[in-house]
This record gives sequence, C-alpha cells and structure tokens, in this order.
Amino acid sequence: MDFEFSQEQEKFRQEIRDFLGEEIRQGTFKPSCDAWIQGYSPEFTKKVAQRGWIGLTWPKEYGGQGRSNIERFILTEEMLRYGAPAACHWFADRQIGGTIIAFGTEEQKKEFLPKILRGEAYIGLGMSEPGAGSDLASLQTRAVEDGDNYIIDGQKMWTSCGKFMNHIYLLARTDPNAPKQRGISDFIIETSLPGITITPTIDITGSEAWAEVFFDNVVVPKRCLIGEKNRGFYHVLNQLDYERAGLERLMGNYSLFEAIIQFAKETKRNGKPLAEDTLIRHKLAQLQIEFEVGRLLTYRVALVIDEGRAPNVEAAMAKAYGTTFAQRLASTAMVILKLYGQLVVGSKWLPILGMAPHSYLGSKGYSLQAGTSEILRNIIATRGLGLPSQ
Amino acid sequence: MDLALSEEQEMLRKMARDFLSDKCPKTVVKEIEQSEEGYLPELWQEMANLGWMGLVFPEKYGGSNMSFLDLSVLLEEMGRACLPGPFFSTVVLGGLPLLDAGNEAQKDEYLPKIASGKAIFTLALTEPDANYDTASITVRATANNSTYTINGVKLFVPDAHIADYLLCVARTNERAKPENGITIFLVDTKSPGVSYTVLKTIAGDKLCEVVFDQVRVPRENIIGQLDKGWSEVQKIIERAAVAKCCEMVGNIRQVLDMTVNYAKERKQFDRPIGSFQVIQHYCASMATDVDSLRFITYQAAWRLSKGLPCIKEVAIAKAWMGEACERVTALAHQIHGAIGVTMDHDLHFYTRRAKAAGITFGDADFYREIVAQEMGL
Repeated sequence: MDFEFSQEQEKFRQEIRDFLGEEIRQGTFKPSCDAWIQGYSPEFTKKVAQRGWIGLTWPKEYGGQGRSNIERFILTEEMLRYGAPAACHWFADRQIGGTIIAFGTEEQKKEFLPKILRGEAYIGLGMSEPGAGSDLASLQTRAVEDGDNYIIDGQKMWTSCGKFMNHIYLLARTDPNAPKQRGISDFIIETSLPGITITPTIDITGSEAWAEVFFDNVVVPKRCLIGEKNRGFYHVLNQLDYERAGLERLMGNYSLFEAIIQFAKETKRNGKPLAEDTLIRHKLAQLQIEFEVGRLLTYRVALVIDEGRAPNVEAAMAKAYGTTFAQRLASTAMVILKLYGQLVVGSKWLPILGMAPHSYLGSKGYSLQAGTSEILRNIIATRGLGLPSQ
Repeated sequence: MDLALSEEQEMLRKMARDFLSDKCPKTVVKEIEQSEEGYLPELWQEMANLGWMGLVFPEKYGGSNMSFLDLSVLLEEMGRACLPGPFFSTVVLGGLPLLDAGNEAQKDEYLPKIASGKAIFTLALTEPDANYDTASITVRATANNSTYTINGVKLFVPDAHIADYLLCVARTNERAKPENGITIFLVDTKSPGVSYTVLKTIAGDKLCEVVFDQVRVPRENIIGQLDKGWSEVQKIIERAAVAKCCEMVGNIRQVLDMTVNYAKERKQFDRPIGSFQVIQHYCASMATDVDSLRFITYQAAWRLSKGLPCIKEVAIAKAWMGEACERVTALAHQIHGAIGVTMDHDLHFYTRRAKAAGITFGDADFYREIVAQEMGL
C-alpha cells in the first residue's frame, strides 16, 4: 500500500498549480463551477495543448505522453480545483481519443488524434435521444448506406458542448433488423455538414447546458464510421466507463466548496464568525470527510485503469458517490447562506457570486448524466456483487 | 499510490482467516460472550504461539518486527470473525504504548510477557463523564517519596477483570493546565486497593468500572514522563481509533458478504430477492460504504504506520466509520428480514459490535470537530 504520490507526481501537480495560478492572475479565466463541462475557452485549451496536457495517457506513437492515469487524474483534479474552463477539450481527451485509439482505423487516428492533441477538435457527444436515455441501445437515429456515404436522419438530445462543438461523436442505427445492441455504429463527424441543426436546451439554472442536434439527410463519408460496422454499442459501453471515471463527478462544483469555507470564515452572525459556530463547523467538516472518501474512491479508478482493466464497477461506484457528494455540498452551502441562498446572479447583495443556488439547481443533473445513479447501482450489484438479474 | 496489500500481508490475512474460521466460529463467539472471563485461555495461547501478540514488537522483545499496517490486516480479520477477548486491550492499548513511551527496563520486562501470551494488559483512561479530553481526567496520583498513591474511578475499561496490568492515566499536577498534569502509570492489578465491576454492554465485551482506593505504585512504573503524559495519551487514542476502524472494515465486509449471499438464496415471489432492484441498490450502497471505509481506514493506518502526520486522516476515518457501519448494518437487517433480528442468526454479533465501535475512542462529532480544526475553521 502507498497513499502518497511520487515526488515526480507531486512536482507535476505543482507545475499544474503554477500554470493555473498564473492564468488566473493574467485574467484568462475566473474559477467557476462546472467549468470543465461548460467553460468554453479555445485560448485556454490551446495553452493546455501546448503543454502536452491533452492526450497525457495516450501512447507516444499517437502523439500522447504515455503517462499514467494517476497523473491524468492529478491534472484533472487541479483543473477542477481551480475551476478552469476546460470544456473544449475535456470530452475528446477523456473518451473520444481513447475510442479512436482502441477501435478506429489508421486513417482516423491520423486525422483526429493530432487535431485533439492540438486542442482544435471540440467534440460533443451524440448519444441520448428523446426515446433513448438509460436504455441507450433503443436509439432510433439511423445511418443508411448510400454508395460511399451514410445518410443520417434523427435527433440527439442532452449533447454537452452543443453550442461550441465542431465535431460530434454520433451513435446511429446501421442495422434495424439486428438485435438492438448489435445494430448500432459510431461515427465522428463535423457539425458543419449540411442538414445538421443545433438548438440549445436551457437547463434549470437558465444556462445553455446542452443542445438538441437534428440530422436531416446528412451525408457522411463512410470513412467517418469508427472501426467495424455495428460494433458501436460495444465501443460506447467501454467509453462510458471512462466517462464516469474521473474526478469531475466529485469536484464539478468544487469552487463552491472553497467559496463557502471562505464565506464561513469571513462572515459574522450574532457577532461571531460562522466558522466558530459548532453546527456550521461540523457541516463543513462532514463535507471534508465525504470529499476525502470520494477522492480515494475515485483515485482507485485510476489505479484500475493503470492495471489495464476497464474501470466498470469501480467507476460506477465513484460516480454515484461523487455526484451525491456534489449535491450535498450545494445543499449545505444553501443552508449556511440562509436567506441569502435565494439570491441569484444579477441580484444586489449576492454572496459568493451566486454559486450556491446555481449549483444547488445545476447539480440535480449530476446524478443523471453519464449513467443515472440507479443504472450505476445496477452495475455495482449485478457485475460487482453478482446479484442475479432474474 | 497503491491500494493493494503486499504478498506478505495477503498471507497474513489468509492465515488469520483460516485460523479464526476454524477456532472461532460463531458458536465459540457466543460461548465466550456468555462466559465470565470473556476469552478462552487456550485460544489466547494459540494466538500467542502464532506470533500475533508480538507481531509489531521488535525481535529483541520476542516480536516479529512487523508494522502497524500489518497489524491492521490482522485486526480486520479479527473484526470479521467477531473475535472476543483482550487482544485489542493487550496489544493496542497496552503493548504499543509501552513500546512507544516505556523505558528500556519496562520494555524488557513487559513486552516479552505480552508477546508470549503470558500477560494481559489494558488501559484505564475514561472516567464517569465519558470523555476523551484532558480535563476529564480526575483520577489523582499523589507523590509520596518513591511511590505514588492513586485514587479515583475509571469507567469503560476493557478487560480489566482479567488484566494482569493496566496503564492508568492519572492527574499528577492540579495546578498546571489540564494537559500539563497528566502521567501514565503501569499498575499491577493485584495491587491492594484495585477493584473492578464488569459492566453489561451492547457488544457483549467486558468493559469494567475500576476503582483505585489508595493504590500504591512505585515511581519507576511511570510510563514516559511525569506530568507530560497527555501527548502519549493522544497517540494512544489516535492509534486505537484507527485500530477500531480496521476491526470494523472486517465487520462490515463480512456483513456485506452475508447479505449478498442471503439475497441470492432467499426466494420470495418465486425469485431470489437479490434480483429485485431495490435490494440490489441497497447492496450497492452497502458495497460503496464498505470500499469507502476500507480505503479511508487504510489511508490512516498507512500514515500512522509510516510515522507520518495523520491527525486529519485518523479523524476522517473514525468519523466516517461509525456512520458507515450504521448504514451498512441497517440495510443488512432490512434485507435479511425478520430472521436478522433474532439471536439465531449471526447478524446481531456484527450490529452490536459496530454500534459500540462507532462511539469508542471518539464518536463522529468528536472527530468532526478535529477535522474542522484541521481545515482551519
């Protein structure tokens, strides 16, 4: 056992902190909740790319750094701690690059991996549909062969990064007669193709968190199909493990944690700082305890990946735990703010930039995206504990 | 970072599990719980012969020179087996403090006795106000030439009824600040004026009231420094808190295993109840608490074993432990149904111990306050 990071890893962490601290000083960004998924900054993504911090774990032959997942988790942990706007490259770095490396053709690797590594491919996820959420395999968007192309028709929903993506990873049905899991293929396509319409979805906080993406007779060259036809569902199952695996599930609203601790230290009620009130001290301590527990559950996932296993049950556990923590953090912050908790961005007297009510509302989606907590518990129970499905 | 046990630790675990499932099935646990002694001398001697009592002592004291982390693995298995008896008292509360704070003569005399199974130790720390803070220590030791005279009442002292020696935490200076007047004394329990009463407890362990009435202790029985014992006591509490967490890791891992097996076998509505999503989700929640407690406990144990600062990590582990155990045992009872709330089923052994462990050596509120301090609040 060893619960510390190596000296080299600690040095890497410091390097990331120095970089992010300097970017904040230069005014590149202000720390905010959900910046990993909603923070659009091509400028920031370019800088991250220049440091070799996109594709950190990819093999060197594909332009990556061949480093461990522990190091990637250190990198993402610091990005999240500093609330850095990393949405442009997050998805491509986390899961699409890996899918292309694992299942894509040589041509696709040559075409897409360098674009991701340069921080130029902003890839959104085209998975869910109006009738296909947790039951993803029942998706209806179709891709029909037509000479050298596929013609795509259908609709995707809940596409993160919808408003700025320039590519979309798309799941579509290529064999309507096969059993539903075996008739799906995955594509990576440019969103500028004719016939693609992107409509924003406004979430409960009023943000443009997602988009609906409509496909109307979209002509896609066959070379955009990733790997083998009709294997897309198996590619995505593997990808979902990585989508769930990271610290973003625990630290999506970490900026709020630091802000509410600071608030408790600086704000007086009845003549003494909130931080001296036992009830509030214990609430914040409990969050710290839960956070540290979640951090270990999540770093465990990195170790599993570094062992060469797909982090299936472990990622499900870390994600279900992490999102619950993030929601509790938001609720606790609201309790501590009392009446001020109801003031939202734009209001006079607004405390801590309105992060608490924004996160209170926005975090409701955490336990839904990338596998609901219920689906995740099914995975833990059936695959982890061997409980029977019938 | 590495969350796996070493090969040697896995071997220790396997040996402990095999030995305890053979020698300490629940029929034996029940028998010991109901006995007056609260342990089986033959089993105790066999454990000593396996080298368990001396596991963490240097070889010159008859030990195996293994680490606290290795001991943690053993404690986890003892928790899994619900092993009753004075191992925790003797090794964690007696032997390790002696090893830490005792002088060479004391270590030479007592550690080999512990390692060979010849001496049972315990710690007399808490008093009737049931706190772990320094101001709560009111038992007094008054100097008189080369001896000290101890007077007062200690409460919740584990295994005092069978202990050969106890470490008594006493106040030796009334005028100093509370933390500057505490001394640890090694007391022979056969000394005149020591008396005990065994209490009846939820976990079925033997906690005692120990009364010191004009008990005379030679000056050379001071463990560590006069008046400066409190920092040693804090280390003892810290170590004991982690050790309790280790036992409870074993406890709830076994509760999860029992519950999952039951959910696979028990049929209602013509199907195993484990095929119902509600039951599956309960089990998934239990598994999350089990893994969480395992990692957060071993993080503290690893740091403590390495001698690294660990106030925050210990506090986090112990605060988490009590509440995680409550969640796990509550769901285990819900899934087991009515059979789980009878004395015929084994689950009660685990639930009763988990409840006691959560409040011993600091409950969640106690440690939340420490975490708050460590956060700079």
